[in-house]
Amino acid sequence: MAVNRAAALAGLRPGMKLASALAQVPSSRVLPHDPEGDARLLAALAERCGLFSPWTATDGASGLWLDVTGSGHLFGGETKLLEQLTGRFHALGLTARAALAATPGAAWAWARFGDPAAPILAEAGELEPLPPAALRLAPATVQALSDLGLRRVGDLMGLPRAQLSRRFGHTVVWRLDQMLGDEPEPISPLRPPVAHRVHASFAEPISRAEDIAATLGHLLGSLCRRLEEDGMGARRLDFTLFRVDSTLARAEIGTGAPNRDPIHLARLFRDRLADIRPGFGIEAACLEATAIQPQSAAQSDLEGQAGEADLSRLLDSLSNRLGPGRLMRLIPRPSHVPERSVRRLGPGAPPPAENWPEGRHPIRLLPHPEPIEAMAPIPDAPPLRFRWQGRLHRVVRADGPERIAPEWWHEESEERDYYRVEDEQGLRLWLYRLGHYGHAEPPRWYLHGVFP
Amino acid sequence: MPSPALESLRRSVATLEGGGTDGHGPDLPLGLAGFEGMRTGVLHEISPASPAAGHDGAALGFAAFLLGGLARLAAKPVLWLAEGDMPHAPGLARFGLGPDRLVMVVPGRSKAALWALEEAARSTALAAVLGEVRGLDFTAARRLQLAAGHSGTTLLLLNRAAAAVTPALTRWRVESLPGAEGHWRLDLLRCRGRSPDDSGMVASWKVEWDGTAHCLGLAAPAGHRPAVPECARVA
Repeated sequence: MAVNRAAALAGLRPGMKLASALAQVPSSRVLPHDPEGDARLLAALAERCGLFSPWTATDGASGLWLDVTGSGHLFGGETKLLEQLTGRFHALGLTARAALAATPGAAWAWARFGDPAAPILAEAGELEPLPPAALRLAPATVQALSDLGLRRVGDLMGLPRAQLSRRFGHTVVWRLDQMLGDEPEPISPLRPPVAHRVHASFAEPISRAEDIAATLGHLLGSLCRRLEEDGMGARRLDFTLFRVDSTLARAEIGTGAPNRDPIHLARLFRDRLADIRPGFGIEAACLEATAIQPQSAAQSDLEGQAGEADLSRLLDSLSNRLGPGRLMRLIPRPSHVPERSVRRLGPGAPPPAENWPEGRHPIRLLPHPEPIEAMAPIPDAPPLRFRWQGRLHRVVRADGPERIAPEWWHEESEERDYYRVEDEQGLRLWLYRLGHYGHAEPPRWYLHGVFP
Repeated sequence: MPSPALESLRRSVATLEGGGTDGHGPDLPLGLAGFEGMRTGVLHEISPASPAAGHDGAALGFAAFLLGGLARLAAKPVLWLAEGDMPHAPGLARFGLGPDRLVMVVPGRSKAALWALEEAARSTALAAVLGEVRGLDFTAARRLQLAAGHSGTTLLLLNRAAAAVTPALTRWRVESLPGAEGHWRLDLLRCRGRSPDDSGMVASWKVEWDGTAHCLGLAAPAGHRPAVPECARVA
């Protein structure tokens, strides 16, 4: 059972039985615990804190980690950063305490047990008066320490480590080391940190589309300059906008080849920006290159290179607007079965030339072979007549059979006998027969393709 | 008043020199008597003779033949915007449209398809674009024509609907003829600057696509077939 401030003032404590609590304060409101909902909310809060740092993570059920190394100056100092952070949570209706320290362990301890008036931990010595619970130990261990009179972290720091570890377990020493920085404590961020990231904050929140586009242009300029310095090009870019009500809007684009031309990238973003709603206003924006690849210096004076660049710009533009998987190059797949003989590749660089199997191929293959009725001399001569979609076609010229055996690793296990037929009007079609005459079940005929 | 002979001489000299008429790129020669060649950088329309399913093999073949020729002429890739199902890649490869030359696009929504067609028409990176369209209105077609004119990209519209797309420079109807593969009848229904005759067509040819040599030959009547069909090689 958890309690809020009003309940705590009325004398209720976390962990009390519900019946006792209701007996003590009959008018208290009871809400069921929703662990998944809470976890989702916490993750959303961690993401919104992306405004302050790209490195955010959740801590347990009700804590957040933020690695704000180097972010202080963006907010006018670390004190102001903490003030803004807690202010945001208060605006959302949440009670929050924040602390800043050199290590995660120290920050955890200081946030929960430290002096609220001085949230920034100045030196390790200030940790000494804190109770052992500040070391993130199990309640049984804390109780055991307390029974022995070790009621301050400072007491523990003075004891010989080997004996401490033997008496209370390795965890105590480990947590002490983490707090003091002797033991590393890496925090896994929710969103993987990106090396190429540029950030802009606004003195006044913006909401006009032109301003958003101008910000994007400005950020693209600086990001592309940095990419150029590092000899890299972007393959995927994320543009995140932080609204004043602590919500996020995100737009993402991808390119077929590494690119660092700000004009081209801005154009790819144009359609996405139209979908972004500014809400009550946007106070900060962040542009990240989430996927990059090495890119050599462009040689735009050579004809061939310019043509390729034009083509990849067109393909990028089409890809981003139409969605993934809509543009493709078609190469042979080694399969005799016609509907499985074509493989789709992304539209990027053209693949090396591979040859299709020899022979005449239809120019259209029906996605689902259409059943037809055909009359053919047994056992396997081409059909003389067939009826398709209610019309009777008389075969004038025919070729076949061409037997295509099934691929035993796929389900369909019947072989097909294909025939190229031409009717009296000149229609050239590809038919096949499934099954043989003379067997118990009559064979079935299908139309599969059209020849030019 | 320049004589017609002088005009046609000028045009053939211009074609031979590599620049077509009116500043467009060179025309794609087709080897059809009485037709100089497909003008590049403009809109052309191709329709199958019958809108029924499966009757479009000849129109697809002619369209693929043109695309292959245009790709070879300009040494640039081409784009095929398919509606519904795409054509069969090995069949296209026989016209010279291998994966190094052809990019296939399957947009899915007609509005997106129109946008993609215009975007491709505007680009200078392509030799030609083929769009399978249905119900293109005049304004959209005019925009496509302007885009193609600026960039020099030839636009082929494969139109299965009954209604024609009016701003096209030439309009073709293609029908399969009995005979071996690649026997087509090409009806030129409309060509800007020429008026149709009594039968409603500007001209009509019976052609035979030579599957290997990438060229069209005029099909001789049966019994008078020459040993080697005369045809104009495409670039």
